Amino acid sequence: MERVMMKGNEALAEGAIRAGCRFFFGYPITPQNEIPEYMARRMPEVGGVFLQAESEVSAINMVYGAGGAGGRVLTSSSSPGISLKQEGVSYMAGAQVPCVIVNVARGGPGLGGLTPSQSDYFQATKGGGHGDYRLLVYAPGNAQEMVDLIGLAFDKAEAYRNPVMILSDAIMGQMMEPVVLPPLREVAPDKPWATTGKHGRSTPNVINSLGIVGEDLERINIELQEKYARMAADEVRYEADGVEDADLVVVAYGTSSRVVRSAISRLRQEKMKVGLLRPITLWPFPQQVLAELAAAGKRFLVVEMSTGQMVEDVILSVNDRSKVTFFGKLNGTVPTVKEVYDRIRSLLSEGGEG
Amino acid sequence: MKKIFAYPCALAKKRTHYCPGCTHGIIHRLVAEAIDDLEIQERTIGIAPVGCAVLAYEYFDVDFQEAAHGRAPAVATGVKRVHPEAIVFSYQGDGDLASIGMAEIIHAATRGENITVIFVNNTVYGMTGGQMAPTTLPGQKTTTSPYGRDTATVGYPIRVCELLATLDGPAYLERVSVHDPQHIIKAGRAIRKAFATQVAGKGFSLVEVLSSCPTNWGMTPTQSLNHIKETLVPYYPLGVYRAPEEVTGDDE
Repeated sequence: MERVMMKGNEALAEGAIRAGCRFFFGYPITPQNEIPEYMARRMPEVGGVFLQAESEVSAINMVYGAGGAGGRVLTSSSSPGISLKQEGVSYMAGAQVPCVIVNVARGGPGLGGLTPSQSDYFQATKGGGHGDYRLLVYAPGNAQEMVDLIGLAFDKAEAYRNPVMILSDAIMGQMMEPVVLPPLREVAPDKPWATTGKHGRSTPNVINSLGIVGEDLERINIELQEKYARMAADEVRYEADGVEDADLVVVAYGTSSRVVRSAISRLRQEKMKVGLLRPITLWPFPQQVLAELAAAGKRFLVVEMSTGQMVEDVILSVNDRSKVTFFGKLNGTVPTVKEVYDRIRSLLSEGGEG
Repeated sequence: MKKIFAYPCALAKKRTHYCPGCTHGIIHRLVAEAIDDLEIQERTIGIAPVGCAVLAYEYFDVDFQEAAHGRAPAVATGVKRVHPEAIVFSYQGDGDLASIGMAEIIHAATRGENITVIFVNNTVYGMTGGQMAPTTLPGQKTTTSPYGRDTATVGYPIRVCELLATLDGPAYLERVSVHDPQHIIKAGRAIRKAFATQVAGKGFSLVEVLSSCPTNWGMTPTQSLNHIKETLVPYYPLGVYRAPEEVTGDDE
């Protein structure tokens, strides 16, 4: 185990290599460029493939080819580029092709800006492309989680034969932090479904999302929904910090959770009863724990760098058992510790009713 | 006794959905014969398009990936990079390759991606019901050019082989036709040579096949074959646009 200082994007890229990723297809866009640049240097050293595609659309379709052929494959982009990739993401969900997609999110809509944002939450968790499908979505909260979650993402993508998304943002990607890197592993999991050439197999392997007969498509969708139900039951991850005795639970992920953590630590010193619930999987969403906290009488504040997207999932989880308040910063701006601190203080001073 | 004619091993024993008189069936057979001749069936992976040949994965007895519309060359690139020893081909129509998939085909070609592309040009969108294609001829009537393709408002057809021949990347480019037995034999040779180009590691190969669409042309099968000969061939000249160097797949 080695401990090194790395930018979040580079930590993620090295984490992918260490996790056995040997294929990367991407296209330049800020603020994710460190990932393809790192891969362009690093892939040849481990006998892997880095290819700069002609567009995000081509990149994701190369991922579809490589993932269908059994490769451990990664692509990364940022918000407008992730929109372009949705075609391939939907096809991979339909054809059950494993891959990992990283969104180093920036502000939108449209061309938006280059500054960090959490306004792609809906796109990441509610579909993004066409059709009834789900992605497993991880939201790293520090550079170490960039490393740890990318490795987990590959394992889960292949276990479920499903695309997995890492939803990061410009701050998470650019910020330098110490990370512990795991040893390099070569992964050659058995993929009997992959297109490899028949090599003596009696029937061809076909990677396909077409169900031209209605009943076939229904059967495919039922199969997918059963898989998503297994994912929802088994893959929820979150961090709960000081929620047991809290009157108010702040729900935040990624960059905004770091600001919230700083505000909470100050408030805790002042004996204020406030805790942090940080979803690590945005889908499946940690509904159960939120429902239990609501039943225990906690109130909730959701802090996001958007006009309010995850807050809808918190409201659904709480299901009218308690009050949910939202504090958001619009695209491109990050809440300050002082702003979050003040908001929490004023909510706590309102008392238990509200 | 030597067997001189048989059902190709690489062709699945399935009935196709193609319309009567459509030449997709002939082209499928030529591809399967090339795969058999080169003894590459066990290591061949096909990429199916969106269009009439969308079900190609049902008709060949090789591994297959069904691609999104126009993206077959990108999908083929991903497959080939994972399995460089595999023989990877895409099978695409004119709307798929020359309209929505133009970026993908140009960049696969200019990268010299070691794949084979079978490009079926019948100047019309077949599967969707006869709309105007990027290769629809000037004046040709389709459901979205009901008064005939007006070059003043929608421009001119794209000649794919000529366009790709401006690039340094491709190893082999040829345009063939399947309107009569003599041309079918020539088309078979070209397709075999394209696969042999890939087997030899020479890089990107594409064979454009002028094909018929009796249904959407509103013609009988025989009229359609005459239409290829008399109308398509003059606009899309047959021939080699980039010759592969030192490829021995042509055994003639």
